Amino acid sequence: MNLMAIKVIYLNEMMRFWNTLFQSVASPVISTALYFVVFGSAIGSRIENIDGISYGLFIVPGLTMLSVLTQSISNASFGIFFPKFTGTIYELLSAPVSYYETLIGYVGAAATKSLILATIILATANLFVDLNIAHPIWMLSFLVLTCVAFSLFGFIIGLWADNFEKLQIIPLLIITPLVFLGGSFYSISMLPPVWQTVTLFNPVLYLVSGFRWSFFEISDVGVGVSLLMVLLFLSICIAIIAWMFKTGYKLKQ
Amino acid sequence: MNTIISIKDLTKVYDSGFNALKSINLDINKGEILGLLGPNGAGKTTLISTICGIVSPTSGEVTVDGFDIVKDFRKTRSIIGLVPQELTLGSFDTVWGTVRFSRGLFGAKRDDAYLEELLKDLSLFDKKDSEIRMLSGGMKRRVLIAKALSHNPKILFLDEPTAGVDVELRKDLWKIVNVLKSKGVTIILTTHYIEEAEELADRIGVISNGELLLVEKKAHLMETLGKKELVIELKESLAKVPSSLDKHNIEISEDGMHISYTYIVKDEETDMSEVLQEITNSGLHIKDLKIVQSSLEDIFVDLVKEK
Repeated sequence: MNLMAIKVIYLNEMMRFWNTLFQSVASPVISTALYFVVFGSAIGSRIENIDGISYGLFIVPGLTMLSVLTQSISNASFGIFFPKFTGTIYELLSAPVSYYETLIGYVGAAATKSLILATIILATANLFVDLNIAHPIWMLSFLVLTCVAFSLFGFIIGLWADNFEKLQIIPLLIITPLVFLGGSFYSISMLPPVWQTVTLFNPVLYLVSGFRWSFFEISDVGVGVSLLMVLLFLSICIAIIAWMFKTGYKLKQ
Repeated sequence: MNTIISIKDLTKVYDSGFNALKSINLDINKGEILGLLGPNGAGKTTLISTICGIVSPTSGEVTVDGFDIVKDFRKTRSIIGLVPQELTLGSFDTVWGTVRFSRGLFGAKRDDAYLEELLKDLSLFDKKDSEIRMLSGGMKRRVLIAKALSHNPKILFLDEPTAGVDVELRKDLWKIVNVLKSKGVTIILTTHYIEEAEELADRIGVISNGELLLVEKKAHLMETLGKKELVIELKESLAKVPSSLDKHNIEISEDGMHISYTYIVKDEETDMSEVLQEITNSGLHIKDLKIVQSSLEDIFVDLVKEK
């Protein structure tokens, strides 16, 4: 295994994060703070507690997931798309590096960035609400699995996209609506029965629900089901990437 | 001489159906400089890209230092360096950062002393902390060479390294290539510039339409395929070549002051004394004469035309 290559790809990607630290961190922190001000304080003060949890506190896991999902996809997709776009991918393809080592380097860095961001968002949230985590190990497990799974998903988008428009289209048109409709800001029990059933087809619901359970021990679906769904999504992403690598899809001619 | 790269029946057909390489067979010797000449779209870059792992071969076999490029890709790629045709570099990386990245990517341990020496050899050391976007085109080309050499490769592929660079830099690059050759690096150079191949290469390969038309030692190629032209300046203007000289295909210049006789040195039928004797016998008075040797460019153009 070419560990040195994994290390330099990882560090190179992390360096990009540090070099653009302000936009990497400031943007999600400001938007999280805005969500808290608008939903938590302004509107939230007029909304009843949900399962005994104040609304401001209730939205913390959903808000964290919103940022983690979008940032994981964006970091990983851009990470692999950029060398394709600039042509520097030739170096990766001609180096003694396997596809899986490349994947570990890029996805590892993207997931690390998302983890750092999630920590910052939770710390920011703690300034607005009194945050207690009931199951820290579960919380961390859900967070790590989600960061990795969605970084893998981002990697797939980065390989698939041949232009910047394609790079943005799935996060904008699919992921963001799924996150908003996946119970990030409400419990699905607040929806009419038909919409509750429809929401069960939204995979993001399981991520948010499991993550929220690790904080407050309340969830829309069982925590075991949530965990299974995250693992299932992770496996699907790995299977797709394995196929892409095997066929050299959009990488090799 | 030991073969370092062996190519057998290598074929590449792209998904579009374009047959870029047609059953190429080629052995490249350790320590030599092989110049690959060919028009645009001939298959030069596809050949290089296949050996380096960027393009998958459709069929055939390529070994590098005895190892298969597909099965033993780690072993083969770790001894190859590639300088691509395009200036493909991360604009915001520093020279030092990008060269260190390349070395690590090839699994080589950190060796700052070697990289410093490399940058000095390429006149890049004073730019080591500069971002790539701040460099000139020539400097970027040097950075690409530094990246390709960062892991001390035994084989270096230079894909049109002097395309679009000024004469001064071209000469500098030639010096660098010669230094690398003296260190035992095997160099495969694709170029449009015949004089570049003429200057640097030990052997010349000509590719056209995905076929390797020939591979010859440069000197041998010049000797066997090279034509010479005897140009004779006359004392008096001539309207027409005398009929006694018809069998020699002698041509006359527009002003009638020069006649020329083209011949192949190796051709058994060539007898210069007979030609000169017949010219004198035909009553022509010779003022001066010179012999012009055909260049690789002429040979290349003739070969591709014939094909």
